[in-house]
Amino acid sequence: MTRLLRGLLLVLALAGPLSVPAFAVQPDEVLEDAGLEARAREISRKLRCPVCQGETIDDSNAAISRDLRLYVRERLVAGDTDPEVIDNVVDRFGEFVLFEPRATGSGLILWLAGPLMALIAALVAWRFLRSRDRAPTETPALDAAEKKRLDEIMRGG
Amino acid sequence: MIAEYGHFALILAFAVAVYQMTVPMVGAAKGWQGWMDSARPAALAQLLLMAISFGALTVAFVTSDFSVSLVYENSHTSKPLIYKISGVWGNHEGSMLLWVLILALFGSAAALFGGNLPPSLRARVLGVQAAVSVAFYAFIIFTSNPFWRMGNPPFDGRDLNPLLQDPGLAFHPPFLYLGYVGLSMAFSFAVAALIEGRVDAAWARWVRPWTLAAWIFLTIGIALGSWWAYYELGWGGFWFWDPVENASFMPWLLAAALLHSAIVVEKREALKSWTILLAIMAFGFSLIGTFIVRSGVITSVHSFANDPERGVFILAILAVFIGGALTLYAFRASAMTAKGVFAPLSREGALVLNNVLLAVAAFVVFIGTIWPLVAEMFWGRVLSVGPPFFDQAFTPFMIVLAIVLPVGSLMPWKRATLARSLRPLREALVLAAAVMALVFAVSTGHSALAVIGAGLGSWLVFGAFSELWLRTGSAGAGRLLRLPRADWGKAVAHAGLGVTFVAVALIQAWQIEDVRVAEVDQPFQIGPYQMVLRSVDRNDGPNYLAQRAVVEVTRDGRDVATLYPEKRVYPVQGMPTTEAAIDYGFWRDLYVVLGDEQPDGGWALRTYVKPFANWIWGGAMLMALGGLISLTDRRYRVAAGARRAAPTTAVAAE
Repeated sequence: MTRLLRGLLLVLALAGPLSVPAFAVQPDEVLEDAGLEARAREISRKLRCPVCQGETIDDSNAAISRDLRLYVRERLVAGDTDPEVIDNVVDRFGEFVLFEPRATGSGLILWLAGPLMALIAALVAWRFLRSRDRAPTETPALDAAEKKRLDEIMRGG
Repeated sequence: MIAEYGHFALILAFAVAVYQMTVPMVGAAKGWQGWMDSARPAALAQLLLMAISFGALTVAFVTSDFSVSLVYENSHTSKPLIYKISGVWGNHEGSMLLWVLILALFGSAAALFGGNLPPSLRARVLGVQAAVSVAFYAFIIFTSNPFWRMGNPPFDGRDLNPLLQDPGLAFHPPFLYLGYVGLSMAFSFAVAALIEGRVDAAWARWVRPWTLAAWIFLTIGIALGSWWAYYELGWGGFWFWDPVENASFMPWLLAAALLHSAIVVEKREALKSWTILLAIMAFGFSLIGTFIVRSGVITSVHSFANDPERGVFILAILAVFIGGALTLYAFRASAMTAKGVFAPLSREGALVLNNVLLAVAAFVVFIGTIWPLVAEMFWGRVLSVGPPFFDQAFTPFMIVLAIVLPVGSLMPWKRATLARSLRPLREALVLAAAVMALVFAVSTGHSALAVIGAGLGSWLVFGAFSELWLRTGSAGAGRLLRLPRADWGKAVAHAGLGVTFVAVALIQAWQIEDVRVAEVDQPFQIGPYQMVLRSVDRNDGPNYLAQRAVVEVTRDGRDVATLYPEKRVYPVQGMPTTEAAIDYGFWRDLYVVLGDEQPDGGWALRTYVKPFANWIWGGAMLMALGGLISLTDRRYRVAAGARRAAPTTAVAAE
């Protein structure tokens, strides 16, 4: 709830009157320079719309996403690098807008969890496979009665 | 009165389930035949009562009985009939009622077709199944009752969320639930086996068709959801790594792993305790999925029902069942000794690798999904985990899986050599390399993704064909049709995975996107297509207002399609939606979205050319079809002991 409220306040503060929701990237946003535009799209796909549920600013219809898209393009035109633009947006809105979480501090756990688990699983699997390879053959030893019977059979009795 | 009948039937079903989870269990422990056998009529009675209950709610929706508050909240008199029906499960309470209906359906299917199960195992399976039902009946009756009446019935309802008024989404939840709940059968079999202390090849043969059926339903359900997102959300994305999507994807991955490990139990009597653990975890993740969706604990596009109290209830169910099952597992797992002896390089070894990859991939999806929750709880960091993370952390496992799959699936049991397993795949390897070269030549230099994805995908497809060919031996093509259906099912499903691989890689690499202001009657060029916006008119529907554009598409002067993208407003919910117009094609989809009218003339128009789009869901359908073919294999019909039909095809026919 607080997240939603915070988001709404941000919209009011940044966007002024709420515009009618329209569709994602608008024609008037597109930059002339195709290279810059491609970078802008790439960045937009990594940023989360602060007020929507799990949409990137590239896909979102919200007014604040439009403002963010315009801001990203503004910074790119001004000559910022991609990480600078992203840092700028994160400074304003917090980590929440970052769809690719940073691999710093506790974030490292998230990024390493997969590879570590893969390593552990591979080790366990390998040990299991080795143990199966060395396992005793399936036929259990014969007990005394069975041996006697076998001897009888072998003797032709 | 009808709503009250439904309510009453629900409470009766609850009572029957309480009986079914206790009496047959005691009977099985004491060896009392009559007590054990009473599980079967109880399971059937549950189904009957739930059918009445669900039927009553459906009647309330169809007749727009707004004195039932759920109907008022989610329906409207002007809504088309099909969405009045799908509206029954397009909300929290109704969807939970559907959940328990399906639970009862599976329970009674096990009762009907479990004729050849040992009586004690059958009683315990049905008992565990009923215990799950009891928990969910209680959940519905005490926190999410769909039958509450309102004192003063309003004149009309508040309508269903317009995004949900769609044929794709009408059938998405039932299939997903058939999948989730189908995994409860695997869970019940696993817990029953732990209580019995016995897992053998016969157990695996019983449990596998249920898992296969659940996996087929999950595959279809996920594909439907993804297809819906593609055409409805208006930008043609098909997978967002959204928590709710992940919630259905994790059980799918684990069910796939379970299918494969159960083969090892069936054929080689190894991997028993791991298979039991997987069965528990697969259903556990179904419950976690339900928890994520129903509690809204992780914000997502989908959670239209946010209520922490319900979340805590489901969390408690999860804790009791999964905690209980794992405790039981800890005590009993050691009793399950493996018998088979095999070298690491063997079919068994390959299936172990399959399980490692699928299980770790599911773990990655899991940790990415819950990470925002963990980070906020422990470090106070409010953050998001989205597609960029999953693309990087998940994809490597799928790449390795695709590389080893065709080789592993050819390996003989017990002991294999790499050279011998690779030899039949020479042609497949050459063809896959040819596809890679072709894709490399066609794409303009930039996309490694396209080359690798298309190469791996075609390696899977050609590998599946090679294996089928190999199975015919020297008999040649004539024997192809006489191969066991299990062989065909396997090849079709693996080829389906390959098709999806190709599609996902190529659609991402080769998609063309265009955003512009289109003036009426002024043509423009997109890729090889000439587009022209002819007009934009009003085109209102029964419960919405709409503007509809007419867009003509030609290629080299020949007509390709006329598309009618719409912008709609649903006044009751005050919600605008875009209805993309799509020209579906075998090689590509043309996808047009209408935007706003511009102040200085013209309309915003967004156009995509999406290559191989249909292959994504085509591949998924092939996977499901492969599962279905495999399900009809003679082995399971024999195993089911019923000549009439395999147990799960009967379920599919519902």
